[in-house]
Amino acid sequence: MSNPTARRAVADFLDRAGMLLVLAALFVVCSVGVENFLSWRNLQGLSLAVSTTGMVACTMLFCLAAGDFDLSIGSVVACAGVLAAVVMTRTGSITLGILGGLGLGALAGYVNGFVVARLRINALITTLATMQIVRGLGFIISDGKAVGIGQENFFLLGNSGFAGIPTPVWITAACFTVFGLVLNRTVFGRDTLAVGGNTEAAHLAGIDVARIKVVIFTVQGLMAAFAGIVLASRMTSGQPNASLGFELEVISACVLGGVSLTGGVGSMGFVIAGVLIMGIVQNAMNLLNVATFYQYVARGLILLAAVLFDRWKRRRQVG
Amino acid sequence: MSAPALSFNGATMEFPGVKALTDVSFHVHAGSIHALVGENGAGKSTLLKILSGAYRPTAGGLALGGRAQAFRDTSAALAAGVAVIYQELHLVPEMSVAENIFLGHLPRRAGLVDRRELAAAARRQLELVGESIDPATKVRELPLAQRQMVEIAKALTRGARILAFDEPTSSLSDREVRRLFTIIRDLKARGCAILYVSHRLEEIFALCDRITILRDGRHVETAALGNLTRDEVVRRMVGRELSHIHQYAPRPAVGAGLAIKNLTGPGLAAPVSFAAHAGEIFGFFGLVGAGRTELLRLIYGATEKTGGQVLLQGARVDIAKPRDAIAAGIVLCPEDRKKEGIVAVRSVLENLNLSARRRTARAGVFINESWEQANARQRIEQLRVRTPSARQLIRHLSGGNQQKVILGRWLSETVKVILLDEPTRGIDVGAKSEIYGIMQDLARAGVCVIVVSSELPEVLGTADRIAVMRQGRIAAVLDRADATEEKLLRLALPVESTPAA
Repeated sequence: MSNPTARRAVADFLDRAGMLLVLAALFVVCSVGVENFLSWRNLQGLSLAVSTTGMVACTMLFCLAAGDFDLSIGSVVACAGVLAAVVMTRTGSITLGILGGLGLGALAGYVNGFVVARLRINALITTLATMQIVRGLGFIISDGKAVGIGQENFFLLGNSGFAGIPTPVWITAACFTVFGLVLNRTVFGRDTLAVGGNTEAAHLAGIDVARIKVVIFTVQGLMAAFAGIVLASRMTSGQPNASLGFELEVISACVLGGVSLTGGVGSMGFVIAGVLIMGIVQNAMNLLNVATFYQYVARGLILLAAVLFDRWKRRRQVG
Repeated sequence: MSAPALSFNGATMEFPGVKALTDVSFHVHAGSIHALVGENGAGKSTLLKILSGAYRPTAGGLALGGRAQAFRDTSAALAAGVAVIYQELHLVPEMSVAENIFLGHLPRRAGLVDRRELAAAARRQLELVGESIDPATKVRELPLAQRQMVEIAKALTRGARILAFDEPTSSLSDREVRRLFTIIRDLKARGCAILYVSHRLEEIFALCDRITILRDGRHVETAALGNLTRDEVVRRMVGRELSHIHQYAPRPAVGAGLAIKNLTGPGLAAPVSFAAHAGEIFGFFGLVGAGRTELLRLIYGATEKTGGQVLLQGARVDIAKPRDAIAAGIVLCPEDRKKEGIVAVRSVLENLNLSARRRTARAGVFINESWEQANARQRIEQLRVRTPSARQLIRHLSGGNQQKVILGRWLSETVKVILLDEPTRGIDVGAKSEIYGIMQDLARAGVCVIVVSSELPEVLGTADRIAVMRQGRIAAVLDRADATEEKLLRLALPVESTPAA
């Protein structure tokens, strides 16, 4: 290709579609090479396995796009599930249980947002602190034990399905759509990217940076709590030690898809690709009976490879 | 004669949509001081970045002692004996002078840093540049001139034989400049090849042996300095006869514009008051640090003011944050485009609509895509922004075009007052005059244009009235008829402190 315009068009395409191509290739390879991968049952299980990560990755995308990140979400998932279970058991009301869980998530998220945006404390430190506080609260509320749930209707949320697809997967798909639209088509989404791309320029252009960050963290907390409630429904109990290391899984998936850790660059397509690549790799390793210990190593290597790929891409762009 | 210490051979650097350097070739010899001049945007810094290994040229390249080199990165350039000393020094402020000098190759004994040897070796290196700083001093405690010496000592420690200086005297006092020159002449006597980049022609004529002139990314001339006069150099830099950078045309003031009463806040030494008319270009001249940027930020609400009033067309407006200012019709183009103006990783379109999209969104929420595209197209055409498309990332544009995008951002709003902070800094000649044109058009349309500039020809050529700021207060306001370069400069210079002789 001697024509520079054509070459740039190809580079642009690779840049935009890079991880989707990897995803497609991975899917084909697994379909051909891994027995049972393409079975309906396995695909159902696979999609269910990534549904929690997918939901929270939607809001993590906003967090990363604005130049922050949130480590507290794993704890919020667990604590919201536990609180919902406790409230349901005490009051007998499913609605109150769900509201309680969501309220906790929103509060935790708001605190994160307030401290990061208004008090200007580094997001790493802030959410590292709330991660431990919220995890501790989960243990305190549940006295360290799993809290069983008696309301059977509540289990429908996580265990029902529609058109052969589990409800949590539908919910995740809806989240991808809604948050994708918010990022691309609303002033809020574009402002988020501007804040992450250059906070000072965004401020001087009249964007209320602190408000945007507070909203992002609050919604992130809310979303994590919701994912935790769905998870509790699937497990029919609230588990205080659920989702350990979940925050890193979500951030890994986003970064794997190509969301920049420095802010300003990201799209829902990236996130979906990242979440699915992680899920497929994990699923394929399970089907191939790769021992858990090796799975950790493999996942880490994949993440490292993705980041190096991203770096290489950027170097090439600069010159 | 042996091969030149450093040659550029057809060095070309192309960024998407911009050709920063086109086929530049010249030689720099050992034991000589070679000046590199050109207007902003002529390609000097690109050339330095190629030399330092930060950029890899898209065609052509450089040779050291006749051997072609392609530096993979900056450490490869250092290893080859090339050191570029930038305006912003690359030292670690929290580390000691000695550690900085030997950064990356600290003397060791039994695997541990040999503190005594480190201090002694650092002292020896500092003596080479005539400094007697205690090597244990933290770099952040040193004045700028001494940091520069530390940087030079560091380069020499690495065995640098080719040293490039990028505007080394921009923040030095006269005495410090003389010291620096002594050191540079000493380096020359020791056979180093020196590339000296500066705007200050007096210095170049005092110090350098040869000169290379760049214009618009191209090589214009390389000659012995003895063969050129100052005027000839300037003419070759500008590429045309020196005339007024722009034809001033008087405009009627059309009424009250922006009035500031007793404004106080960080960066101002005393309450500031002034009034600029609608339809007027009101200039602020002063030295760096005189409080001009701070004043604009206080007016705009980017920094919280501690007192005073802002009146717009006679009515008081309360501005607590930039959004309030924008809503009132007061907008700011900040001094540091990269840090405060553009969102580098987003497109031209998004940067253009950064503010207006809030107003035009459907139901106040959903982006009005068709309006944004039409607006971007219109602004790109109107301001002649050179970009392959509205979807291009803004960081790939030249400084002048980035500045036009920031101006375009505000032209999409209802503007009554526009605050321009060094609007042409780092911008090439062509784009400069286009920006002056935009300023005049705005004023003619009744906008109150307030422009801060450190360039005398710029304020004298554009402004109807000029306020001179000195040490955090307004020293005087002059009509353009009364203003001369000498007058402005005299007013801008600090009063009590006299440069040490």
